[in-house]
Amino acid sequence: MRYLEAGKRHAVRFTLNGELVEGEAEPRLLLSDFLRQTLGAYGTHVGCEHGSCGACTIRVDGKAVRACLLYAVQMQDRAVTTVEGLAAPDGLNALQAALQKHHGLQCGFCTPGILMSLEQLLEEEPGADEARIRDVLSGHICRCTGYHGIVQAAVEVFGEVFGKR
Amino acid sequence: MKPPAFEYLAPRTLEQAVAALGAEDAKILAGGQSLVPMLNFRLLAPSLLVDITRIPGLDNVDDWDGGLRIGALTRHHALETSPLVRDRFPVLHAAMAEVAHLAIRNRGTIGGSLCHGDPAAELPGMAVLLDAQLQTTQRTIPAAEFYDGTLSTVLGADEILTDIMLPALPPGTGWGFEEFARRSGDFALAAVGVLIGGEVRIVAIGANEKPIRLLNAEALFNDASDIDAVAEAAGKEVSPEGDLHGSAEYRRHLVKVLTRRALRAAWERTS
Repeated sequence: MRYLEAGKRHAVRFTLNGELVEGEAEPRLLLSDFLRQTLGAYGTHVGCEHGSCGACTIRVDGKAVRACLLYAVQMQDRAVTTVEGLAAPDGLNALQAALQKHHGLQCGFCTPGILMSLEQLLEEEPGADEARIRDVLSGHICRCTGYHGIVQAAVEVFGEVFGKR
Repeated sequence: MKPPAFEYLAPRTLEQAVAALGAEDAKILAGGQSLVPMLNFRLLAPSLLVDITRIPGLDNVDDWDGGLRIGALTRHHALETSPLVRDRFPVLHAAMAEVAHLAIRNRGTIGGSLCHGDPAAELPGMAVLLDAQLQTTQRTIPAAEFYDGTLSTVLGADEILTDIMLPALPPGTGWGFEEFARRSGDFALAAVGVLIGGEVRIVAIGANEKPIRLLNAEALFNDASDIDAVAEAAGKEVSPEGDLHGSAEYRRHLVKVLTRRALRAAWERTS
């Protein structure tokens, strides 16, 4: 049974984008802050810090979740994926390339979180239609694009992936 | 927007968790989709968080005499995508799609939502509608007796909800679920669930301090010709509070309209 004292730092270890990472965290340290400040993984953005805006969405054991609603110490031995894990540093994966093509981002603040939710949807429901894609996007606030470019990008990639099945 | 300091304990058994809860000013951490925002806002400052998600065996969905036994740590997304839930309790399947957003449903648990007890949340209302039996580490509590007010349950400080049992519905039961929220994924301004089977059950969500059966309205229902009268009675039977999202009067109106729609849908689905 793991017990961690308040106000002290404790070792935390999990896999981040396939690599074992380690750091120290107080129990109250949010995973979003641990990723950025302790591990230097700045791809995950921090917006509202109460689960509403979707900017900090990452994947834990394959499921898209808010990093601001998790504590780093809860991640012990889990598998975490962030936007950095989607493609090689100089490349883009299919959804990223489509977002670029369809002007699915402007400032880019919401984009990493949106990608992580869409990646789960693409794996679980590649046949998702535009309405379903919009439903999932409703968990993310984007104030630049009006969402149209994001929807167009997703519809294109989902169509291609589903067509190949 | 950063939580206060707390101790963290991740027990491996229910016995360890119960012992820890008895000893301190502790809160249970399950999915954390309500608790963690409250801590980030510093609305709460527990000295200890007991993370029960490392306790095995509490996240299964199993047959329960034709109904279902659902482990308290079952994630919303698992319920939403469960074929057993879709086949046996389509009203619950429909309501799950209205719970927050995908990333919240991936992490939030059914037990956490029930114990948090937000009056506008779908799951507490579904538990009342489906006449759920709530199994804790100490006893079994009928869902109708689980809440004693807004965000408040009858659970003791060291009592943990472990299973939710949903009794089988009579074959051919019709169902309806109607919700109104200002944006997709928001808490409901009001929602209504209806079952027409051996009896008619109508539950209003977000219209009182806790989800309630509308017994007066139910008593008026015999067949489809009564739907308008039942809906009218439903709007009068609730006592919502107004806030910046909608006045009390508006919410009463919503309950009336949503009851009418849900009753129609349920009537058409009976067989």
